[in-house]
Amino acid sequence: MTRFLTISVAVLLATALHAADDATFDDPALAQRYWGLIREIRCPLCMNESIADSGAPVAADLRREVHRLLVEGKSDDEIKDFMSSRYGDFILYRPRVTPLTYALWGGPFVLVVVGSLVFWRILRARRNQPLGEDEPS
Amino acid sequence: MWRYLIPLALFVVVAAFLLRGLNLHPNEVPSALIGKQIPEFALPTLADADAKIGSQDIAGKIALVNVWATWCIECRHEHGFLITLAKSGMPIYGLNLKDDRPAALGWLASLGNPYVASAFDADGTVALDWGVTAAPETFLIGRDGKVLFKHISPLTAQVWQHDFLPLIQAQCRASDAGCPRLTALAAR
Repeated sequence: MTRFLTISVAVLLATALHAADDATFDDPALAQRYWGLIREIRCPLCMNESIADSGAPVAADLRREVHRLLVEGKSDDEIKDFMSSRYGDFILYRPRVTPLTYALWGGPFVLVVVGSLVFWRILRARRNQPLGEDEPS
Repeated sequence: MWRYLIPLALFVVVAAFLLRGLNLHPNEVPSALIGKQIPEFALPTLADADAKIGSQDIAGKIALVNVWATWCIECRHEHGFLITLAKSGMPIYGLNLKDDRPAALGWLASLGNPYVASAFDADGTVALDWGVTAAPETFLIGRDGKVLFKHISPLTAQVWQHDFLPLIQAQCRASDAGCPRLTALAAR
């Protein structure tokens, strides 16, 4: 039983701590930025995993690269530029605001405005009805 | 009256998006390098650790850059076609990714060597500059040194005919400087 538990815990830890392999920093602030960045960068091979979660070899390479750039003193934006110039905007989980992504960023606000207008019109139509009567269907 | 058409209109819009989605391939991430100059690099060659191969060796002609490794099973599948291509006159450069030198040399000795030369990228740094996700990947380089196309997964005759050949022919229509002299085998 203890053996079973040990193995279970080991398996669970193994899947959760892919990124723990190569991250050592002298400066805790850098470590914090590292963990933030690798969760924002998508693994280009495995689609819906960040490079923090992914066990793919390319994810390990990218983590190593993030580590190297951080130690070199690069800013978060410079590191994201480095990644997207090689792997495209696809690699950033939070897409940048470009003409291509206007609809993506603006869409929700447009929908809220349209929804509010419809809601307002329904309310106004009901206000003109006598009390106790529902909208004629 | 018109309000009863709204659900139908919504259905048509949603159906159109879903229909489009059936034909999308989200796994084929477009390369960020298309239309850009190939990344500068200089690496030892696979055959000789003291000899160098770099971006300027590839530039100036239409060529393929193929990312391969002995640990890559799919690379074995495409190897036969690469040899066919090389025999028919297409210059192919190899980027040997995170491999073991004797194993890679043994692979070429036993399966044949389709490459003009292979660069030995021991830690994958150059592959990262090229935006490589995994082997095998094949880049088509134009004579101006710009990346024309990138194919992820094994290169097959079908992909070659469909994606690579038209791009090569388009480049070579105006002038055939730097164009591969393909025999009927690959040009068909």
